[in-house]
Order: sequence, then C-alpha cells, then structure tokens
Amino acid sequence: MQTQLTHLDALEAESVHIIREVAAEFERPVLLFSGGKDSAIMLHLAHKAFSPARIPFPVMHVDTGHNFYEVISYRDEALDIYGVRLIVASVQESIDKGRVVEDTGPRASRNRLQTTTLLDAIVDNRFDAVFGGGRRDEEKARAKERVFSFRDEFGQWDPKNQRPELWNLYNGKHRKGEHIRVFPISNWTEMDVWQYIAREPVLIPSIYYAHRRRVFSRDGMWLSESPLIPMLPGEEVQEMTVRYRTVGDLTCTGAVESPATTNEEIIAEVSAATITERGATRADDKFTEAAMEDRKKEGYF
Amino acid sequence: MEMLRFATAGSVDDGKSTLIGRLLLDSKAIFEDQLESVERSSADRGFDYTNLALLTDGLRAEREQGITIDVAYRYFATPRRKFIIADTPGHIQYTRNMVTGASTADLALVLVDARNGIVEQSRRHSVIASLLQVRHLVLCVNKMDLVDYDEGRFDEIVAEFSAFAAKLDVDDLTFLPISALNGDNVTTHSPNMPWYDGPTLLHHLEHVFIGADRNLIDSRFPVQLVIRPMSHDHHDYRGYGGQVAGGTFRPGDDVMVLPSGFATKIAGIDRLGKPVEEAFPPDSVTIRLTDQIDISRGDMLCRPHNQPTVTQDISAQICWFNSDRKFEVGKVYAIKHTTKWARAKATDLLYRLDVNSLSRDEGVDSLGLNEIGRVKLRTTQPMLVDNYERNRTTGSFILVDESTFETVAAGMIIGAD
Repeated sequence: MQTQLTHLDALEAESVHIIREVAAEFERPVLLFSGGKDSAIMLHLAHKAFSPARIPFPVMHVDTGHNFYEVISYRDEALDIYGVRLIVASVQESIDKGRVVEDTGPRASRNRLQTTTLLDAIVDNRFDAVFGGGRRDEEKARAKERVFSFRDEFGQWDPKNQRPELWNLYNGKHRKGEHIRVFPISNWTEMDVWQYIAREPVLIPSIYYAHRRRVFSRDGMWLSESPLIPMLPGEEVQEMTVRYRTVGDLTCTGAVESPATTNEEIIAEVSAATITERGATRADDKFTEAAMEDRKKEGYF
Repeated sequence: MEMLRFATAGSVDDGKSTLIGRLLLDSKAIFEDQLESVERSSADRGFDYTNLALLTDGLRAEREQGITIDVAYRYFATPRRKFIIADTPGHIQYTRNMVTGASTADLALVLVDARNGIVEQSRRHSVIASLLQVRHLVLCVNKMDLVDYDEGRFDEIVAEFSAFAAKLDVDDLTFLPISALNGDNVTTHSPNMPWYDGPTLLHHLEHVFIGADRNLIDSRFPVQLVIRPMSHDHHDYRGYGGQVAGGTFRPGDDVMVLPSGFATKIAGIDRLGKPVEEAFPPDSVTIRLTDQIDISRGDMLCRPHNQPTVTQDISAQICWFNSDRKFEVGKVYAIKHTTKWARAKATDLLYRLDVNSLSRDEGVDSLGLNEIGRVKLRTTQPMLVDNYERNRTTGSFILVDESTFETVAAGMIIGAD
C-alpha cells in the first residue's frame, strides 16, 4: 500500500484544505486573479476543492489597463471554462475619480496605484477574505507571511504582530471592515508550480511559452514594445525569441530570452536558472531591499 | 518525490543561518541575485563576510536589529525530496515562534557549538520538539573546526545530550559532527573527520524514514464543508469535503458520524473530482455516504469500533502566546479544534513546565508569554478528541481571545482516553 503522498499531492491537499476553510468560515471571499500562472493554479485548485460543485466565490482582476492582450483573452477563456464571475477593479477608474494620481514620465508605472484600487474594491464589495496567489519562495518579506494574513481596517499588514499559525488550524476571526488575505499556495515554489502545470490540465497564458516578440532592453530587462511604454533615447527595438517567467503589468514586467515552448522545456530551464523569477522580470521589486515589505504593509497583494 | 518539513531553531551565533545558507547554496536554491543582494547588504553593514542570515531575515526590523523575529519559511529540493524549512529564532522570548515552526515539522534540527556543548537553549529546543511530537531530532554539533575536529569532544557532547534526551519523547535521535562554515559533513563527507562514518546532514534529511509517522490506524475525517452542486448534471450529489486526519478510508467501509452516532457506509470517495479507492492523511477528499444523514462542519467520520473521545472536559499542555493578557483560571476563550469552533473555560492550571529543566512549577496562578503549562478546559460543546501523541491533528487546538481575536495559545491534548 503506497500511503506517502508525492510533494505535489501533499501541496495540493494543503491548498485545498485552506481554500475550503475559507469557503466554510467567511461570508464574502474573493479570489484575486492577475492572469499569471499562480492565479491560474489558484483557480484550478479552487475548482478541484469544490468539484463537482462550482467555485462558490467570484474572482477579481485589479486591472492596471496595461495588459498583455494574450493575458486578457486567456482570462476570459479560463473564467468561462470554470464558470466563475469576474469583477474588474480598474486602476483607470481610480485615476478618473481622483483616488490616485498617476506618475508621469517614461518610467511611470501603475503598479503602486493598484493598492488603492484593490482596497477600495474590497471595501465596496464588503469582501472579508481575499485569496492571493503569493508564494513564500518569491520574496523575503513573503517568506514571513502567514497563510491567513490579517489586515486592519486600512488594509495594512503588520509584520511584527502576526498571529501565530499552528498545525492546520487557521484563525480567520476579524471585525467588520477588517479582512484576511489568504495565501493557499504559500508553500509552493516556482518549480512546484511548473511541475503541477505539466501534470494537470491547467490553462495558462500563451506568453509563458517562447514566442517571437519585439522587445527593447531597459535596466537589464527585456520590455515589450508598446505604446504604453515611451522609449528613452538610445533604446532600440529588436525582435527576439522570449517568454515571460511572471506576468504582471506590461510596463514593468520583463521577458527572458528563451527557446522553451513546452512545460518540460520550461522545467529544465527553471532547474538551471540562476536568477529568481522576480529578480529577472520585475522592475517593481528593485527600488529598495524592503520594497515588497513596504508595499505589503500598505495593503498590496 | 516526497516532502519533508523540518524546523531549525537557534541564533546567528550557533551558525544556524550559515548552515541553512550552506544547504540552500549547495542545493542551488539560492540564486545569484539573492546572493548579490546579501553580499551588497553585508558590505553596507560593515561585515567582512557574507552574512547569510540576511537571506532569511526578511523583515526590515530584523535586518536593522540583526535578529530573527519571526518564522521564515525556506524551500529547497534535491532529486529525492522537497524540503520546507521553518527557520525559527532561538531565544526564549521567541518560544512561540519555535512552537509554531515545530507544529508542522517532521524533523527538528538542533545546533550546538562544539566549544560550548549543550546549553540551556539546546535543551529548550529539544523539549519543545518533544512536546510538539516531532518524531525525528537531529543534533548537529557545529563548529567542529574550532575544536580541531576532535572525536573525543564530539563523544562527550553525544553522551551528555543522550542522558538528557532519555527524559524526552523522541523516537529517533541522530548526532552529526559538522562545520557549517567549511561544509564538513553538510552535503559531502568531511576529510577532516575520518573517524565519523555516519551520513552527511543532507543524506540524512533525504533518507530519514517518515512514512510511519502519520497515524494510519485510527480513521478520522473532520468534515470541513458539505458539497452540494445542486446542478442539472449532479442533481443528487452530496459529498463531505475534508482532509483525512488519521487512518484510511475506502468505499464500502462502515463509518460512524460523530457526535450524532449515526452508522452508515462510504459510497464513494472523490479525490478532487476523481473517484479513488482509498484516502489517507493528508489527502483532501470528498466522501459520499450511502445514507442521507444530517452532517455538518465540525462533525467527524470514524470507524464504529475506533472512535475519538467525545468530551467537554479537555486536559492539555498549552503554550501561551500573548504578552498583554495572561492565561488564568475562570477565563473563557474561543477554541478551534479540527474544523470546529466552540468556547472553552479555563477550569484548572495544574503546573507550569520549566522548559529548561523539565521540572514542574506547581501553585502558579497564571501563564504568561511563552510559558507552557498543564491545564484543564471545559467546552461549551462536546469535542471529538484524541491524545496529541496519538494524532497531531485531532489532538491539537488553538485558543483565541474573544475580544481581540488574537491566537493566544496552542494546545496539545493529553489523557483523552
């Protein structure tokens, strides 16, 4: 009798347990969906957790308006397959309403503005549990975060005063106006995610696989040619074979040179990688040593 | 590939961060950009070496103060296993973090400095690992390079610790002479210690047998939620979602539902959408029964002839986590045990455990932050419990303050049968 689960089975069982705890204990959960591979996995796990019933909560896309069109078409296809309702929280609307002021200049990014849009949407929809696809291996501040992460009425995270989290006993108690961010795939690594995608029928955006793209180099990253990113003097567009290791706002997500067109080739590439996925592809983490911690304290994903 | 979760406790002085850094580096789980960032921060802070602690100390406050405040989780994998490290601070004021890290660990790694031998901190870490029923304990005698790789010194420490460990509840105790700084016996055998013919640390972590650690005898299935699609295709489907907490379940098995006491049979088990022939811990599955019975969250499926104790009186060891309020007899807390919430009144405090000496301080009237004690609780509803040493899932609970909603204690049930 084989009774030892593989690491993917054990991770999946843990994530499903967490997702079900939330569905059982909270009134208004929502799943944040960026269109990236981690949210694809989250959606798939939620689907499996309640099968054959439907996923009992909506998904929310915090939309910077700076999207890869491949990601939006993937989003609509995936949500249709899983039969879940989509809520779009628009950063453009937050700008139009004067809730936030947009940066200007060639390096302007809407990344940070997303926090206000997200927190406003949580309040407007009275969400009490917000699922995120964050993983602890991604970044050192995330390595410290609980699976059930308490947020006060301002959406703030207090890293020095986190609730102890033991066994699989999660404490989601909170007052009205406060909420809990829930990270069911905390213990997954980038490698686990790819192994799982290779094993399961998880749909992900096509840009994770190698394709020809017109890109230019900035700050050591290959950014996609786009009307959304004004070019700086000296920057030159060239066509290359690239893929994305992470998918976020188009203006601050870089591509990597890669010939990998299959999951197996990507797994081989991830095994040999020498730079972390965020280090290779995210400008937003590069400001300071504590960039992620600071954004998270304000209420970021 | 199997997964092994292990907890490490200790401070920078023990070389714990160096050891973890070494394991991560040698298994290529640290990337160039992380290493560069640590090298840059080390230089900025005036260290003349690369301080690998900066890799795990992720919070600004930790880096500013040069201390580890909270549990950090780290991941690496070899072709044999995936590892999750719960890296916890070692000082007494962080006992609660150590308890947190140990609660899910298969193995605990305790480091001692070969020059200092067993100190209070090493004893405390071992006691906590034992209390949390971490079955495998590895004592790494570090900094062997600073005692000239002396076999005699290693043997002394082994003898001293073995005498102490005899009082603990640990199934499997392993001793390793290492130098984390030089990599001796960490991932490769050390040419400096030809007298040591045991495994390297990594080899031990890859091969230690954990298959027998879960309880595969007492079948326990706490119901998390009822799954009723109410759709055209699955009109009559009614399943009970949950994670197996003990034993095995198969279609056709006779089961009993607690606390109602109804007997029925398992009609089928769906493992996340697909029917399976059996389920065992820690599988998350959906169980269908042959009879339509009223079952809800907090109920438990078990075997008719092997049931948990149904009781409103719980006897337990608890570790107290809160600095603002103490545990006191007469107070009422929210309690979460498996998937069930209830309220619990503290009815007795028998003694406080001295985690350094294992002695019992009787006649105390409260438990403060990081203190461990033997208590009795009276719950508002019957709880379905096992002894913690028999089952870590059905034997554990948390207490939550009803006014602040903070998690204030972790409890391990004893004397349930």
